[in-house]
Parts: sequence; structure tokens; C-alpha cells
Amino acid sequence: MSADGQARLLRLGGVTCARGGRRLFEGLSLALAPGEAAVVTGPNGAGKSSLLRLTAGLLRPAEGRVEAVSAALLAEAAALDSETSVRANLRFWGRLDGVTPAAVETALDAMALRPLADAPVRLLSTGQRRRAALARVLASGRRLWLLDEPANGLDTDSVALLERAIVEHRAGGGAAVVATHAPIALPQAQAVRLG
Amino acid sequence: MRLVAALIARDVRRAWTGGAAALPIAFFLLVVILFPFAVGPDAGLLARVGGGVLWAAALLAALLPIERLVAADLDAGVIDQLLVRGWSAATIATVKVAGHWLAFAPPVLAASVLGAGLLGVPGATLGRVLIGLAIGTPGLAALAVAVGALVAGLHGASAIAGLATLPLAVPLLIFGAGAIEGGAGALKLLAAVSLAYLAGAPFIAGAAIRAGAE
Repeated sequence: MSADGQARLLRLGGVTCARGGRRLFEGLSLALAPGEAAVVTGPNGAGKSSLLRLTAGLLRPAEGRVEAVSAALLAEAAALDSETSVRANLRFWGRLDGVTPAAVETALDAMALRPLADAPVRLLSTGQRRRAALARVLASGRRLWLLDEPANGLDTDSVALLERAIVEHRAGGGAAVVATHAPIALPQAQAVRLG
Repeated sequence: MRLVAALIARDVRRAWTGGAAALPIAFFLLVVILFPFAVGPDAGLLARVGGGVLWAAALLAALLPIERLVAADLDAGVIDQLLVRGWSAATIATVKVAGHWLAFAPPVLAASVLGAGLLGVPGATLGRVLIGLAIGTPGLAALAVAVGALVAGLHGASAIAGLATLPLAVPLLIFGAGAIEGGAGALKLLAAVSLAYLAGAPFIAGAAIRAGAE
């Protein structure tokens, strides 16, 4: 992979994160080039979600620098309207992301959501909702994925779909930061241990 | 701009399907119906106070949806997703104001016509109430979104929202009801208050949204 600094999708330099006056982690550095991935692990409350939100630009670091290309974030909250269908939800976000409806259909297939595409989101189970939120990340066309506990609520088949999606994303020049306490196969991923 | 319109359309659609638009209108009509029971069936008295009653009822109805205006999207993660996509918090707040106004104001204007019929308010008075509401409701919507963003995530948010909104809405009520009697001067002041709220709300609500997302 290119070691050229210009090509990096993400660079954290000595980042310290403080929440409510408490320091979660200090002096964290991480760089991801296209094709690379990082796995963030640590006990509850160690700052895994905060690290992703920092990277996404939703939080400001107490110290240090965050440089990242515009990212797609899978957060704990699904951000899907419960009364509208899965497809309508994803098309809405697809419009905001400037991607075609075809990209949404591809993402629906990749997450095996086609049979559920016309069901309103309120009828979906936790795992199905998770897959719909993952499909939005897939469809976004963003090169940097930030996934917060992506395997939560997923069955083993769905975890395999997730792993394959990340592999294909990396093969296409993307990068991913995955915060998880569930085992997800991420070949040659950098390990970031918090707490 | 098309994306802004799509976001506003989403808010309006959600207000209608989720009851945030219909319930305040039902509440508005109930408050209007309450007054004849309270002050008696004196047609002359009701016609005289009817314009003010419509204004007070509109104000009370405007309180109902405030608590969920911003909190719903904050809880669902929608605001995070918009911020990640580079939307500024002030733009999101402006979208909320526009969406709330579109979902709230036209039905209230329509319900005012109905309410005027119930109270026996004369046509000329109704006309001045409608003009006043058309000018005042944008400010009211802006105030609602600003307060809605400030109370999002608090315990007892709906009660605090009411307590915070009503005093700030009093100028709208004074000039709106004043315009029924007093004509153009009060309308200009009503427009000035409404514009001031419209101008300020995106920044106040935006700062609150930003703080809520952190």
C-alpha cells in the first residue's frame, strides 16, 4: 500500500478524547491508507464509540489532530424512519449522498435485504435494522467506513455478509475502522486497543 | 437546494403520519370550543373576544409538538448522519423551522376559519386574525424549534418546553391580537418580532443541536 501521506484516508495524530471532564484515551495515533482497516477493541466505556465520532467530526478532540476524508458512519442509532420502507429510507439517504438508486439496490442485495425492501422499518428485527443501516454505509460511496459494533444483533450468516462487504470495500480502495467486541474477521487489520 | 427541499418534505410527511400535525389542530378546536362553555353563550361577547381566543388557542396548540421537534431526530441518529454528511447544524435547524411551519401553519389557518364559525366571529375580524397568524406563525415555528432543540434530552422536556415558550410567545400574542383592533401598526410590530425569531432561531437551535450531538 502507498505510504504517501497524501493518499491516506485517515490520520489521527496524538488524539486525546475527554468526555465530561474524564480522559477516555490519550495520545492515540492511527493512519489508514486505501485498502487498510483498523479494529478498535476495549472494555465498555473505553471510548470506542467516541473514537469513531471523533473521526467522523462529530466530536472535537481535546488534543491532537484528526484528518479524515468524508466518511460513512454506522452508529448505534439506526437513523431510519420507522413508517417508511427499507428501500425508501435508503433512497432518501442515497439522494443526500448523491448516489444512484442502482447503488441502493446493489447495497440491498449485498446485505440480503431484497425480500424486506418494501417492508416498513418498524417491522424489522434488531439484526435486520442493523443490516439496513449497513446497507446505507455500503451505498454511500464513501471511501472511509466507520462502523460502531456492526455485528451487534447480526446472525452468523449476516456477519459473513458484513465481512465480505468490508473485504470488497478494501479491495476497491476503501478503508474501514471497526469498533467491536464481537469477533469479526478482518485480514491484516491494525489493532487499536483502548482502556 | 433540492436536498434541502427533500429534508423539509420528510419533516412535513413525518408530522402528518406521526400525528404531530393533526393533534395540535384537534387541540386547537377543542380550546376554541371550551370558551363558550366557560364564558357563556352570549353571542355578542363571543364575537368580541373570539379573535383573541383564536390567537390564544393557536399559541397553546403550538406547544404540543415542541418536545419531539428536534429530540426525535436526535434520538434516532438522523441528526448525526446529517452532520457527518457535512450539513451544518444551523441548516438542519432552518430545515426544521420550515418543515414545522409547513406542517403547522396551513392547518391552523384552516382551523381558524372553522373556529371563527363556531364562535360567531365576524368576517372582517377573521380576516385580520388570518393575516396576523400568517405573519406570526413563522416566528412561532422558529421559537418552537429553538426551544425544542434546547430541551431535547432533558427530563420533563414537554413541561419545560411550555414554560420556556409561552413567555417568549407573548409578544406575538400581543401584537397579533392587537392587530385585530389596531390595524397596520400592530401588524408591523408582529412582523418584526416574527422576523427576529426567524433570524435568531437557526443559530440558537443550531448551537443546541451541535451540543446535543456531542
